[in-house]
Amino acid sequence: MTTLLFYVFAGIAIGAAIGVVISKSPVGSLLFMVTTLAAIAGTFVLMEAHFLAAVQVIVYAGAIMVLFLFVIMLLNLGHEAQRDLKGGAFAVVSAGVVGAMAGLLAMQLRGSEVTPTGAGAAEIAAATAQYGAVGAIARPLYTTYVVPFEITGILLLVAVVGAVVLAKRSES
Amino acid sequence: MITEALILSAILFVIGTFGMLVRRNAIIMFLCIELQLNAVNVAFVAFSNLYGIDGQIFVFFVMTVAAAEAAVGLAIIISIFRHYESVDVGNFNLLKW
Repeated sequence: MTTLLFYVFAGIAIGAAIGVVISKSPVGSLLFMVTTLAAIAGTFVLMEAHFLAAVQVIVYAGAIMVLFLFVIMLLNLGHEAQRDLKGGAFAVVSAGVVGAMAGLLAMQLRGSEVTPTGAGAAEIAAATAQYGAVGAIARPLYTTYVVPFEITGILLLVAVVGAVVLAKRSES
Repeated sequence: MITEALILSAILFVIGTFGMLVRRNAIIMFLCIELQLNAVNVAFVAFSNLYGIDGQIFVFFVMTVAAAEAAVGLAIIISIFRHYESVDVGNFNLLKW
């Protein structure tokens, strides 16, 4: 059942990801992207990452994609009808590069015939049972990873200041 | 399920790369970068099933960086749009050789 659901979510994610690339209108691309993100959140739930699934829906699909939608609406780009795919030699070269990349990744994955196993899943299940889905991720985040966490706060502050400075209309 | 998740991650990353290369609309190029970041997140979550919760914490940081990148990138796109009245990257030729 879990595996079947995983395949369903993976299929939706891949189909919608192709939709992002080939959709004509930017708003269509964006809605396909939201579909992809929701399907990825579903796979997160199946892989026991419940907190990240919630964050994926709330922050990614909810906040970041709405930010993109705001910009598309603000710049009035919602009704572009013509295709803007690059054509000709460039598309062929791109397909070649991407095909080589896909081949390399497939070779890497084909090499491992055995199903990978590790203690991680049991460890996460124990932490979730003891502290809850949020506590399991919050404890290492506020103890082992507290310095990167604080630096992330500074990064967000810099991003906010930078976005305001860049998007502000110059006075002169 | 871990192998399947890694395959899903690889496919999404490749689709994102292809979109990044062939689209001209700057906003959709950004969306494809987000797609690539999400593919990496899927791989991190899959590996957290092998090696413990650290992978999920990295996903958290990747999401934060993606949010910061989207905010700054969209601000840059807005300021470029004011200058060129377009978001087509073919029109941005100031630094073109």
